[in-house]
Amino acid sequence: MSAHDPAELAAARPDFAAIAAWIPQGASVLDLGCGDGSLLRYLKETRKIRGYGVEISDANIVACIRNGVNVIQSNLESGLSGFESNAFDYVILSQTLQATRHTEPLVQEMLRVGREAIVSFPNFGHWKARLNVLRGHMPVSDELPYQWFDTPNVHLCTLHDFEEFCDGHRVHILERRVMTGDSEIRLLPNLLGSMAVYRFKRAG
Amino acid sequence: MNASVGIVHAQRAIFDTPLTFKSGAVLPRYELMYETYGTLNADKSNAILVCHALSGHHHVAGYYADDPENVGWWDTMIGPGKPVDTNKFFVVGMNNLGGCHGSTGPSSINPATGKPYGASFPVVTVEDWVTSQARLADLLGIKQFAAIMGGSLGGMQAMQWSLSYPERVRHVLAIATAPHLTAENIAFNDVARNAILTDPDFHGGNFYEHGVVPTRGLRLARMLGHITYLSDDAMADKFGRSLRSGKLGYNYDIEFEIESYLRYQGDKFAAYFDANTYLLMTKALDYFDPARDYADNLDKAFAAARADFLVLSFTTDWRFSPERSRTIVNALLHNRRNVSYGEISSAHGHDSFLMQHEHYHEVMRAYLDRIAMELSA
Repeated sequence: MSAHDPAELAAARPDFAAIAAWIPQGASVLDLGCGDGSLLRYLKETRKIRGYGVEISDANIVACIRNGVNVIQSNLESGLSGFESNAFDYVILSQTLQATRHTEPLVQEMLRVGREAIVSFPNFGHWKARLNVLRGHMPVSDELPYQWFDTPNVHLCTLHDFEEFCDGHRVHILERRVMTGDSEIRLLPNLLGSMAVYRFKRAG
Repeated sequence: MNASVGIVHAQRAIFDTPLTFKSGAVLPRYELMYETYGTLNADKSNAILVCHALSGHHHVAGYYADDPENVGWWDTMIGPGKPVDTNKFFVVGMNNLGGCHGSTGPSSINPATGKPYGASFPVVTVEDWVTSQARLADLLGIKQFAAIMGGSLGGMQAMQWSLSYPERVRHVLAIATAPHLTAENIAFNDVARNAILTDPDFHGGNFYEHGVVPTRGLRLARMLGHITYLSDDAMADKFGRSLRSGKLGYNYDIEFEIESYLRYQGDKFAAYFDANTYLLMTKALDYFDPARDYADNLDKAFAAARADFLVLSFTTDWRFSPERSRTIVNALLHNRRNVSYGEISSAHGHDSFLMQHEHYHEVMRAYLDRIAMELSA
């Protein structure tokens, strides 16, 4: 099962390793839009977490079960009412934030259900994206592989946008990691980073 | 690959230890019909119990040598290479106590009187069934099931196992089921029961000695039940407003195809099913409510469970709606049980759980493959 070798997965999805680095052993995790369950499986294998995924697609339900992770078939846009407040140590939204319609209430729900939340998303402020727009085109890249007409992404943002959003919504950012591929970007992150991971909690 | 388990044989287990029912009634001796498919492994860890719903029985898969047309009721799900793969698992199907397919029930002879039990057969609950099933497991040398599965009333038994015998079941597959019936559901059952109870041939449940069967009541009960197991869309698709003769007759004969279908189903059912068993089964459905002993708190009811769960519902099932399954899932989540939940898109209502459906079977296969992997780990 080389496709699920933790080292290979971390190489394929650099945000996985970044997320795992923040999660302590044995934590409880809810992964929203968990896809085929790879991240949960990775966290189970590397962090011994107890977790659940929420996923809407039929094919991904089967994939999650085959990956040996718990998955609840549900539309996360309709809220997390099945989950009790503070039920999880971490609620994760990995590469999904930009594809959610009701982004604001979803972030609030994440912070109701989890003590902390982690999101990763493609940085629309990355220089390649800016260059594409300057040239008169919507950006298409590894992080944003869609054409304008078939993209699921409806709420793309830059690092600055996200941080402003947090400021205005009583969300306290605890940590940020900006990356391009698997290397960390410290200099001019909003320009040079193609992907960002944030850990945050309710302010005050 | 998707072969039949082939020729199967029904077996009879005899129990001489008295069984005390939840109602307080005692049955000194009883028999259970069962079938098994596949091979029990050396450490007896690969057994799966299949619990049946209202009209089911022990003949779950395969066929009989002398009756090859009589294929088990869940044969699409169980067999070599099927989701419940009999090359990997030892599958047990049984006819519940109170049934009418060979296990001791109202139509069996009461040794104390030499006459059928009839109305004197105890009212059976899901808990009583689980107790009797555990005794069958003891007889087969199965200390712990790899999985217990069932749809509808069968799903209730599978869940009850995780509460009555938490250490004896590793996985519960609860399909198209509910943590308890709603008022509407009980209402349907009561209309069905009334159809039987008010049939002049019912004779207070002791119709056997009068040489009659409350056929009219039974077929009405089945017709009503059948409507609720289908979906509006499925009925519209299958029958629409089609007329048998193509024109209106302005009388009360069978005119619409749906009438013809329902009466056929009713007649077929009334010809073999026992009226008292029907009453018992619907009562077991009505009574099932594990939260009742915990001030209606389902979270507390499931605190005893140790199993992992797969919960599945079907989008057009209005008798056991997806919302009822989500209630089960939430209670399991609140107890931090391992649980996966799938909501299967199907047009066929409650009956979907018995049907061949590619995605439904893929989910079942994926989950059962994981259980098989645990066995070999």
